[in-house]
Amino acid sequence: MARITLDHIRHAYGPNPKSDAAYALREVDHEWADGGAYALLGPSGCGKTTLLNIISGLLQPSHGRILFDGKDVTHLSTQERNIAQVFQFPVIYDTMTVYDNLAFPLRNRGIAEPDVDRRVREMLEIIDLSDWSNRKAQRLTADQKQKISLGRGLVRNDVNAILFDEPLTVIDPHMKWVLRSQLKRFHKQFGFTMVYVTHDQTEALTFADKVVVMYDGEIVQIGTPAELFERPSHTFVGYFIGSPGMNVIPAEIHGSTIKLEAGTIALDYAPKLAAGGRIELGIRPEFIRIGREGIPVTVTRIEDIGRRRIVRASLGGQPIAIVVSEDAEVPAEPRVTFDPVALNIYANSWRVGREA
Amino acid sequence: MLEMRNVAKMVGGEYHIHPTNLAFDRGSLNVLLGPTLSGKTSLMRLMAGLDRPTSGSVYFDGADVTGVAVQKRNVAMVYQQFINYPALTVYENIASPMRIAGKDAPTIDREVRKAAELLRLTPYLDRTPLNLSGGQQQRTALARALVKNASLVLMDEPLANLDYKLREELREELPKIFAQSGAIFVYATTEPSEALLLGGNTATLSEGRITQFGPTIEVYRRPADLVTAKTFADPPLNFIDVVKSGGSFRYQEADSLAVPPHLSGVPDGPVTIAFHPHHLGLTAQTGNAARVKAQTQISEITGSESFVHMHYNGVRWVMLAPGIHDIDPDTEIELYLDTRHLMAFGTDGRAIAAAA
Amino acid sequence: MEKTWNNKAWFLVLPVLLLVAFSAAIPLMTVVNYSVQDTFGNNAFFWAGTDWFDDILHSARFWEALQRNLLFSFIILALEIPLGIFIALNMPKKGLGVPVCLVLMALPLLIPWNVVGTIWQVFGRVDIGLLGHTLAALGIDYNYVRDPLDAWITVVVMDVWHWTSLVVLLCYAGLVSIPDAYYQAAKIDGASRWSVFRYIQLPKMKRVLLIAVLLRFMDSFMIYTEPFVVTGGGPGNSTTFLSIDLVKTAVGQFDLGPAAAMSIVYFLIILLLSWIFYTVMTSSDADN
Repeated sequence: MARITLDHIRHAYGPNPKSDAAYALREVDHEWADGGAYALLGPSGCGKTTLLNIISGLLQPSHGRILFDGKDVTHLSTQERNIAQVFQFPVIYDTMTVYDNLAFPLRNRGIAEPDVDRRVREMLEIIDLSDWSNRKAQRLTADQKQKISLGRGLVRNDVNAILFDEPLTVIDPHMKWVLRSQLKRFHKQFGFTMVYVTHDQTEALTFADKVVVMYDGEIVQIGTPAELFERPSHTFVGYFIGSPGMNVIPAEIHGSTIKLEAGTIALDYAPKLAAGGRIELGIRPEFIRIGREGIPVTVTRIEDIGRRRIVRASLGGQPIAIVVSEDAEVPAEPRVTFDPVALNIYANSWRVGREA
Repeated sequence: MLEMRNVAKMVGGEYHIHPTNLAFDRGSLNVLLGPTLSGKTSLMRLMAGLDRPTSGSVYFDGADVTGVAVQKRNVAMVYQQFINYPALTVYENIASPMRIAGKDAPTIDREVRKAAELLRLTPYLDRTPLNLSGGQQQRTALARALVKNASLVLMDEPLANLDYKLREELREELPKIFAQSGAIFVYATTEPSEALLLGGNTATLSEGRITQFGPTIEVYRRPADLVTAKTFADPPLNFIDVVKSGGSFRYQEADSLAVPPHLSGVPDGPVTIAFHPHHLGLTAQTGNAARVKAQTQISEITGSESFVHMHYNGVRWVMLAPGIHDIDPDTEIELYLDTRHLMAFGTDGRAIAAAA
Repeated sequence: MEKTWNNKAWFLVLPVLLLVAFSAAIPLMTVVNYSVQDTFGNNAFFWAGTDWFDDILHSARFWEALQRNLLFSFIILALEIPLGIFIALNMPKKGLGVPVCLVLMALPLLIPWNVVGTIWQVFGRVDIGLLGHTLAALGIDYNYVRDPLDAWITVVVMDVWHWTSLVVLLCYAGLVSIPDAYYQAAKIDGASRWSVFRYIQLPKMKRVLLIAVLLRFMDSFMIYTEPFVVTGGGPGNSTTFLSIDLVKTAVGQFDLGPAAAMSIVYFLIILLLSWIFYTVMTSSDADN
């Protein structure tokens, strides 16, 4: 396992990029810890797959270096980097048995057959496919196939990192739960460095210790799931994480008071703002209380989505979403209060810190 | 109204669709919910007239349309893949069904602009589909289905290939669009959360059989049997096999739960009880919560909530608790079960008394 | 994929069915009819039963021609299939090279059989042909009119030149449909070039290869025009294949009865061998 250093990496697909917009990846300069579980999260076209391919060696960055444990691997091929990768669509060798699929990467590296046998049997046990070892891999279900592609990576004990490229896309919802928690368990058990690319926030947040949110070729925030949820550093992170996303409401700040169209809210600190710029208040739907106190709202619609309900309301003309539990009451003349610790202030879409 | 009377489809001596009775009203949104290969697509093909049923008949507005070719029915379909004419502009793509129908130019123009406005495609009318994002391409396909003014619109996992966040937005918009159209909408999905967000009615499918049909939230809250309950649960349901005797549910003599009032009518004997992961908690939220002990396995954190996977007397459970709880594996924890929402199923798998 | 159910489809297929009836079924019945009768001309026919079949199956000439056919088809498949795969593997997958290669590959396929025969007949002639003349100048004794081996080599090379492209195009179509992820995964697994071919490319090409083998087998087994144009079945009978023998019997000697019986046997052999190929090549799918 290895620590991965991304040293000022920029990438453009065409030659001689003229402007920043020509870069699929603007500038990435980070260090990822050995044994960490990282998720690259963002909408399609944000550069997450480009970054993954640079790490795996399928793509050479236009600028910058990539290092594994301090060793420059920028110009090494995929094989030489000793990484494993699980793709969106399960890649299995159809004509081989499940056993031979798992043995394939070991035999290719000239490992002695008794060793191969021992490790393959261990892996079959881990991925829960022992009973299938002599079956042709072709006839298996999508989730079993995906476990085989994962197993082919895990069975090698020399891998520096395991990369996942939206591995649960073709898996049915019920199996997603099983596979996801198994992945998480493997990570705890073996301590691999894992990088997981996805557009699905639930997958990213539940899988990773650190989530890397990407937007338009740039990393907008790296943080723990809790940090991303509670303190999104950009309104995009607020919108992209959480379902529904964070409410972003145009506001004015006067000292430690937030002035909205519909009313005022007191802050327990005075945000330090530069003059000019667009000021917005960010508050997640989970942190708005609906009751008989606070600023009046007009409820437009209530969506019952089973375990909770989403109240769509208008706050002085501004549409907001509020999440309430399945048993909660919505009063006839509803008013809302905001949880003070969950208030975030944004100037030109970037979060303004609490520190003076 | 679309009616299927005893419709069955056999292929090679095996039922792909078991004899099915279903009726969809005009202006209704109907979700077909079930895992891959449960028969959603087969059922839609029978509704559209792409396949002829082996037995039974399909009625549309009281008229028998079994065997009437799909071209002669007023049907529109939207697929998982984004299917548009690549050489035509978005405008021409949307206009194409009306051009085939020989509508006059002013009508076409009016309808195209209306549909484009509804699906927020107005800025892209002059572009070709290949210059659009996946979401815009699928919205174009949807617009084309809408302007066709079909009386039956079939959608086969239309959002499956889109980004998570885009899906979320379209799921919210679609019911509004459907409500304006007055056609019968049938929407196939594998995801319970999608069915809940869309609302309307849901038919759950399992192995070529409709297991239940009714208003979406009703089916979710009061599944008629175990199969339906399992199909319509994401995260998965928790189960426990118990024996009811008098006022308590016993589990292998090890534990017992007080029978909640809504299940008091359940006859004594073996029962399977089921509950959703969010009805387990680390704190007692209501007075009548039952205390249980379980062994933790793995914790997944979404930023605001935690999924804790665990073993309860050898059975796998998942808890969804608000807040961040990263509990070490193999820890014994005390949980509170909100018994107000328990569901009970008999040994035949039928619901005995549904959760309140 | 299930087929769309539609009654009208029958009307669309009807012209084709009629055409097939006229072009295949009716002549075939005529042939069957001839094969069990004898005639001395003047449209007088006599019942001959299975006499012609007995004759055919006991004639050395028939068995020799059949052996030549089998040998020829075997050589053709053994050369064209591996060569076709090899060329397909080495064709560019993107860029300007793709259309260039595809057009080059399609060229021989566009030339009619008899023209191919004529080209090679002239090409190989020792007196005026570029190939024949060059070989003679190099001191190689090559003469397809005199030497049976040279005649064989000429016919085989001609067929390879004419038809390998078909195998290449089919295999190429199979290869480009393999997603990139497979190659990437193989790299990551440390697979050798041979393993990539054996475990990814070959299995993915299997379906098209089956078609290629069947087409090339049937075609080569029925070979007629090229050897007829180039060697006329000679020298001696060395390149007299079943088809050539059949035409000699029917048109040359006007023995319609034996020729009809022979063509039926010929037809059955092709049918049987194609079925064997098909069964063997698809059997590995069913062993699970």
